[in-house]
Amino acid sequence: MMLTLQSIEAGYGAVQVLRGLTFEVRPGEVLCLMGRNGAGKTTALRAIMGQVPVTAGSVVLDGTPVNTLPAHEVPKQGIGYVPQGRRLFGELTVAENIEIGLMTRGRDARVRERVLSIFPRLRERLDQMSRTLSGGEQQMLAIARALCLEPKVLLLDEPTEGLQPSMIALIRDTVVALKATGVTTVLVEQRVDAALSVADRIAFVTGGRVAETVPTAGLTTTSPQFATYVGV
Amino acid sequence: MQLGSIFLLALLEGLASASVLALTACGLSLVFGIMRVVNVAHGEFFMLGAVLAWFTASLIPGPPALAFAVALVVCPLIVGAIAALADMLVLKRLNYEPEATIVATIGLLYILQQGALTVFGPNALPVPAPVDFRFQFPGFGYSGYKIAVIVAAVLLLLGLWLILTRTRIGLVMRATQIDRATARAFGINVDRVYAGVFAMGAGLAAIAAVLIVPIQQAHYLMGADPLLLSFSVVIIGGLGSLRGTVVAALLIGMVDQMIPIFMPVVFPAYGAWFTPTLAKIMATLVVALVLVFRPQGLFGKRAA
Ligand SMILES: Nc1ncnc2c1ncn2[C@@H]1O[C@H](COP(=O)(O)OP(=O)(O)OP(=O)(O)O)[C@@H](O)[C@H]1O
Ligand SMILES: [Mg+2]
Repeated sequence: MMLTLQSIEAGYGAVQVLRGLTFEVRPGEVLCLMGRNGAGKTTALRAIMGQVPVTAGSVVLDGTPVNTLPAHEVPKQGIGYVPQGRRLFGELTVAENIEIGLMTRGRDARVRERVLSIFPRLRERLDQMSRTLSGGEQQMLAIARALCLEPKVLLLDEPTEGLQPSMIALIRDTVVALKATGVTTVLVEQRVDAALSVADRIAFVTGGRVAETVPTAGLTTTSPQFATYVGV
Repeated sequence: MQLGSIFLLALLEGLASASVLALTACGLSLVFGIMRVVNVAHGEFFMLGAVLAWFTASLIPGPPALAFAVALVVCPLIVGAIAALADMLVLKRLNYEPEATIVATIGLLYILQQGALTVFGPNALPVPAPVDFRFQFPGFGYSGYKIAVIVAAVLLLLGLWLILTRTRIGLVMRATQIDRATARAFGINVDRVYAGVFAMGAGLAAIAAVLIVPIQQAHYLMGADPLLLSFSVVIIGGLGSLRGTVVAALLIGMVDQMIPIFMPVVFPAYGAWFTPTLAKIMATLVVALVLVFRPQGLFGKRAA
């Protein structure tokens, strides 16, 4: 397995959010996390990154336990994180955001070139303050910054949230293209059609645990799981 | 003396006090800008720099310039190390909660002050100036050392600006300032950045103190003035804005010197009014006006 979360318990102070959350991600696959608002999808990704205290269970990346590491060591093991809401360094330029990504695992200009060739629009805006980018460009930069790690696993939290249709298509195509190059991805996605078109398997999250993990081949837009766990 | 000469003298005196103040206040501003910590002990780091400069000078025989050069390098490093330790042992454990860190740095203020009293005693401690020459301007001679202080401060501020805007260390510091959780998600050791920034802020105060100590003797109670002036400066300039800090330091430094030196000459009939106390009142008034009409400071952004 590329990434394994085993019986994770985590939360914020006295509020427990994850209650025995378990899932596995196979090398090269796109695993989609789906669930209602507040189900704990973002918290699951934050637990992987060491941003919320994990009180029980384990996170293992490619054979290495990472939940015992300090938070800043986790990305260095090879996890690229695209947080919900993007969380760019808004007062830094596009080039500087990318530089931060490159520094994480000591990647050089070759990686920078490769990442920029995926997103030519960013190359035209290297000196622009990143908070002045359009929503779609900001999302490209958030993904580019994470790809600068040459991650073993890419965590994408609702990358198409709040974007217009053409941008959604572009981001989706990017995820598909990355998968073709062998990038393992955990994708949080709310929309059924998007999940079905890019994911290999879907893990349905409810009440801080994974209720079911189903290959997308066995699902259609009318499958009962979507009504039960996502409410659509 | 002619009016022009007196103006030049007041200008130089203003620049000298502004440049030392700018260094000190930039340290305070840097710590607040990146860590959101209001460091009430900042003046004590200044005091420690001065007292340690005396100690270094008293240890090293030979020409005063040598001892001074050593002090200029060693004192900021020692003070920075003490600050880094305080960060790791105290501020980090408080999770950098704004109110808690204010109380903690008040405690630190007393520890450092009483520590200096215990170790170095209550007397004023003189440090000889490293250079002893006078610049001859039309109508008056002026301390070459003070001019050296101005030049040194400008170079240091320029260096600070270059570090913040042109180096990887500066980039990491700015990223940490913007979003520390996301900084961690990209491998930045935020604890280390914070310790480094706190050390750097204290080190800037210490450098300023080493520069000032040949002009003004070291004393364990000397930290109050630089703290209050630094606060005035960062309130006027905008907490966390280094550009604003430098501009405000110039303003305060100029007001401080122009009023007692230059104004009595311009208005001889009212000469007795233009005292250093009036200068302090004016500076305080500016602070009050800024707080009322532009609380984020001249160059600061509105609080998020
Ligand atoms: N910083 C926080 N402090 C306290 N509770 C929080 C915090 N962040 C999230 N929570 C709570 O944890 C629960 C799970 O939140 P989480 O963000 O993981 O949900 P999600 O599945 O990502 O939802 P969404 O689809 O809306 O993004 C929610 O009940 C939320 O209110
Ligand atoms: Mg979420």
